[in-house]
Amino acid sequence: MSALKAVQAVRSGRIDATRVRAVVRKEITDYRRNRFILGTMTVLPIVFLVNPIINIFAAPTSLTRSALDARVGSTMLFLLLVPVILPATISATSIVTEREQGTLEPVLTTPVRSEELLIGKALAALIPAAALAYAMLGVFLLAVKLFAHQQIADATLEGPRILAQVLFVPLLAGWAIWAGIAVSVRADDVRVAQQLGTLASLPPLAITALMAFNVITPTFRLAVLFAVGLLLLDAGAYRLIAPMFDRERLITARRSK
Amino acid sequence: MTRVQEDPVLVVDKLTKTFGSRTAYSDVSFTVGRGEVFGFLGPNGAGKTTTVRSLGTLITPTSGRATVAGIPLEAANAVEIRKRIAIMTEAPGLYGRLSVTENLQYFVGLHHLSNGAERIKNALEAVNLSDRARDTCNSLSKGLRQRVGLARTLLNDPEILFLDEPTSGLDPVAARGVHDLISGLRDRGVTIFFTTHRLAEAEALCDRVAILNTTLRTIGNPSELREQLFNKGLTVTTAAPLPDPDRVFTGLPGVESWDADGTAAAAYHLAVSDPAVAAPEVVRALVHAKADVLSVGESRHSLEDVYLELVNEDVEASRR
Ligand SMILES: Nc1ncnc2c1ncn2[C@@H]1O[C@H](COP(=O)(O)OP(=O)(O)OP(=O)(O)O)[C@@H](O)[C@H]1O
Ligand SMILES: [Mg+2]
Repeated sequence: MSALKAVQAVRSGRIDATRVRAVVRKEITDYRRNRFILGTMTVLPIVFLVNPIINIFAAPTSLTRSALDARVGSTMLFLLLVPVILPATISATSIVTEREQGTLEPVLTTPVRSEELLIGKALAALIPAAALAYAMLGVFLLAVKLFAHQQIADATLEGPRILAQVLFVPLLAGWAIWAGIAVSVRADDVRVAQQLGTLASLPPLAITALMAFNVITPTFRLAVLFAVGLLLLDAGAYRLIAPMFDRERLITARRSK
Repeated sequence: MTRVQEDPVLVVDKLTKTFGSRTAYSDVSFTVGRGEVFGFLGPNGAGKTTTVRSLGTLITPTSGRATVAGIPLEAANAVEIRKRIAIMTEAPGLYGRLSVTENLQYFVGLHHLSNGAERIKNALEAVNLSDRARDTCNSLSKGLRQRVGLARTLLNDPEILFLDEPTSGLDPVAARGVHDLISGLRDRGVTIFFTTHRLAEAEALCDRVAILNTTLRTIGNPSELREQLFNKGLTVTTAAPLPDPDRVFTGLPGVESWDADGTAAAAYHLAVSDPAVAAPEVVRALVHAKADVLSVGESRHSLEDVYLELVNEDVEASRR
């Protein structure tokens, strides 16, 4: 019987890239027409660019090199807040909104696997977040190069520093996205999901803040450890979250109102 | 009926689903043959949508077994079952900011189908929506959205098509379009399982219907059900009420009993063993009684009568 053979093939099957791509494409098309997301993507960079730029331009040139390094470090950590906040907001609502609109049930009638749907949604949140974060980083570095005092520019435009910045954008965004999706899978209400999503982005924000205020010294070793931890988490999180994706509950659970 | 036994595509065996203490449907068993159009009827809350969701692998039955498109209904087989079926859910569930085509493109991708553009074109033609392909779904009326939902189920050439109230909210012409579509799909060998509250539609389209009211009340061909449930009868109308109907009707050959029609003053229902024998006798007796006969005809029971009879029985049983 061909049907039974096919069953065995699927049981051993993996993630289907075509399905993941379909999810990413649909999500991105939808975001581009979503005023709330467009609004967030406009406001966040304004808020989070102005502060670092002021901070760095206001740095007195009389600072010692190490004091200057600390100042630049904390300023650039601030730039990493956007790739945490934006994807957390997007992903925390990504599934609960579909439940409310009634679009989730038809999707679940197709052969798409939970893992494919979750990975697609995660990538779709990562793309705008990373694009925005890199654009902001570019603007910031350009402003420093063109207008900042030479000493400050030297301290800022350091290879390793910029590389770390580039690497931490997707790593932090990954954390925020998975935390947001976990919230979205469990939440029964869009607004609750939004609030919990903001909460879920707090841990990396807290660590960032601790480093910014020099409670934790941002050493190279610490940064590497942190990066490896995030990388492992980001790569495997869908395995943790997919079992939480209970199709029956997502379709039938009534909102407790 | 033979088709059902030869080549069943849907076998449901003592299926039950409960939500906590509430029973959605209970002990449901039936078989649907390949290429059959199967109507699933029942009052609001009867468990129709829950049954469709269960057979579509969206929710897990509490007990019982089923085979869908030749594959046992088990969690491990869900993906393979979903490849072979399509479900039009009760609410169309479209992405409002996406166009009709974009909505369908998403589903072509989720099904991992080739020739997407062609499939979309054909699906839109089938539901008469080609001219709205570029419109966003937010801009469509309820009935048009319903049709997009229907087009979406055609994309993957399903073996079994589950339609949950496909014509609810459609205007008569659009509903007729859906009927034609269902007939056309049947001709291509697609099995169609659909729920509806329009009994005339079920009667006209279905090879067989089942009436569900938490438990399965009956199943069969619409005309078989009529015969099982109702005696054969004649309806007689006269210009004025008969002075003594009992004397006219009682004892006539072939007439078993009579009854005044509650709704009209001069109409009578006669239960008969064979209308062909009884009708001429009744006419003669009426003429003899000098009654002005307006009509004598065989009583026609519709599927609606069958439905109301069964569902009202349940209502009365629950009152007792
Ligand atoms: N998620 C749920 N939780 C609790 N009860 C439920 C749930 N879903 C359905 N039910 C109950 O199961 C029963 C069957 O519901 P279902 O939606 O299947 O009915 P239906 O026949 O489709 O009705 P309608 O004609 O109104 O669409 C109802 O009593 C309903 O209240
Ligand atoms: Mg229903």
